[in-house]
Amino acid sequence: MAKLILSLDGMVLREYPLTKERTTIGRKPHNDIVIDNLAVSGEHAMIMTILNDSFLEDLGSTNGTLVNGQPIKKHFLQNNDVVELGKYKLKYMAEGVQQAASADFEKTMVLRAPPGGAGAGAPPAARAPEESQPVAKNFGDTVVNPELMQSQNTGGSLRDAARQASVAAHEPPAASAGPAPGAGAVAAAPPAAAPAKPAAAAPPEPAAAPAAGAGAQGPAPGGVQGTIQILSGPSAGKELPLSKPLTTLGTGVQVAVIAKRPQGYFITHVEGASFPVVNGKHLDAQAHPLNDHDVIELAGVKMEFFLKPLA
Amino acid sequence: MTDLSKAIEMATATHAGMVRAHNEDSIGTDSSIGLAVLADGMGGYNAGEVASGIAVALVTKETRDTVAQILPFEKDRTSGELMAVSILRNVIGRANTSIFQAAGSQPQYAGMGTTLVVALLCDNQISVGHVGDSRLYRLRGAELTQLTRDHSLLQEQIDSGMITKEMARRSQNKNLVTRAVGIEPEVEADINTFEAKEGDMYLLCSDGLNDMVEDEDILLTLSSLQANLPLAASQLVQMANDNGGRDNISVILIRVKKPFPAARGWMSRLKTWFGKDGD
Repeated sequence: MAKLILSLDGMVLREYPLTKERTTIGRKPHNDIVIDNLAVSGEHAMIMTILNDSFLEDLGSTNGTLVNGQPIKKHFLQNNDVVELGKYKLKYMAEGVQQAASADFEKTMVLRAPPGGAGAGAPPAARAPEESQPVAKNFGDTVVNPELMQSQNTGGSLRDAARQASVAAHEPPAASAGPAPGAGAVAAAPPAAAPAKPAAAAPPEPAAAPAAGAGAQGPAPGGVQGTIQILSGPSAGKELPLSKPLTTLGTGVQVAVIAKRPQGYFITHVEGASFPVVNGKHLDAQAHPLNDHDVIELAGVKMEFFLKPLA
Repeated sequence: MTDLSKAIEMATATHAGMVRAHNEDSIGTDSSIGLAVLADGMGGYNAGEVASGIAVALVTKETRDTVAQILPFEKDRTSGELMAVSILRNVIGRANTSIFQAAGSQPQYAGMGTTLVVALLCDNQISVGHVGDSRLYRLRGAELTQLTRDHSLLQEQIDSGMITKEMARRSQNKNLVTRAVGIEPEVEADINTFEAKEGDMYLLCSDGLNDMVEDEDILLTLSSLQANLPLAASQLVQMANDNGGRDNISVILIRVKKPFPAARGWMSRLKTWFGKDGD
């Protein structure tokens, strides 16, 4: 769960978990976060939390709200953002959410109202996004909200959605009644456990694309960039930096492409009757890893691939 | 129906990604009738695969059966609607019913659902139906355009001006869709028809692609590799995996090699009837 850490002159005063969809900040006592200082307006700012995202809004305060030193009116809070109200600082910490989410962050779910009122009896405020997260994570529990689909008033419906989704997502998924064998590591993980690692439960399959990882020299971090130097023909001497994920070589008659990947550079034939030649050997349709000083021949033009140190 | 496979080329790739043990995406194509179907399933255990599998199998079969009887380029006499649009609405509705019933009858499938994006090409047009956050993009010239609008929480937030597209990429709420096939007794699909031109490329993809690969790199890949569609498809999957491959990745690529006007006259229909091409 995301939280705010209130500090003054480097001294931590208090932590505030962002459990509510609307957290108000101001000098007056009815605020969720009360900062009793004259530089802070009565109703100074508000944080709207929708599931795992939090948005900060200045409520027209006299002295303004800063985030990381910049004055803001509305701001989408990111982990470690520092919110300043007068001399007070509120640090936004979201890493708990980040970890949980990254474990399975694209497990698609549908926002949905709780069917048949199941779980509707529970107070929405108690259902914090983080609590619902692990359930959804492991089972891709489906949750849809019809209100969200129909409502034109998006702002309002989003808040409803957030509330209802956290309720609905909290229902135990049907599958948890009997975890099937094989799903073991994932299904059995208790909701509060460290982020589930599906990768550990089952090793990832090899990449679909024909990529021979062996032998390629990877771009050293911050060190070198793959470059092509033309050796023959009218453009001899010209250099072509391979800065994009894909660089096309040749035109019409014979086309090849060089892909820049985390594990190195790979050349692949794209079109044309003849295939590129690397160090005197004809390639086939598979991607071929390039090594420093490989010589490529394409449509009669010779060129050298090399790793150029970056300035 | 005219066989479209000479005018339209298709290539596909699907992969579990680098993190997930299962591939819950399903894809299907039939270039002869100009059909491409992609679904990203969701639900506990293997229910996601079941839901997306039902959707793709049913949409493919029903569309094939329907276009054998109804010409998709004709207009409905009463509503004036393009038949391709009503065909898509109908088959998506049937897929919804089928998944909803399967989910209700088998406890292990309870709550399963799927996103769905379907493209049906005919008469120099492309009709696109979708539910959820699977997308269809068009590359025309140097411009990549997303023709579908996600049914997702993030899209609603973008539409309401609450967040920008840039912010959306950093959101923790990427995985929340507001519509899916098979979750409710009825589903509303968004269906639109666009003119298709020679040289156009279309990309259908699951969010495992567009969450991991920037639009700019999708554009670069499609334009660099349009001469080699299977390579373009596998390259997109590889890029998603190189960037972490956190979800299943599926892509269908369609390239319009030449115009494909419908064979309207009865002579050309007769030719088609006898197994020859109408053009």
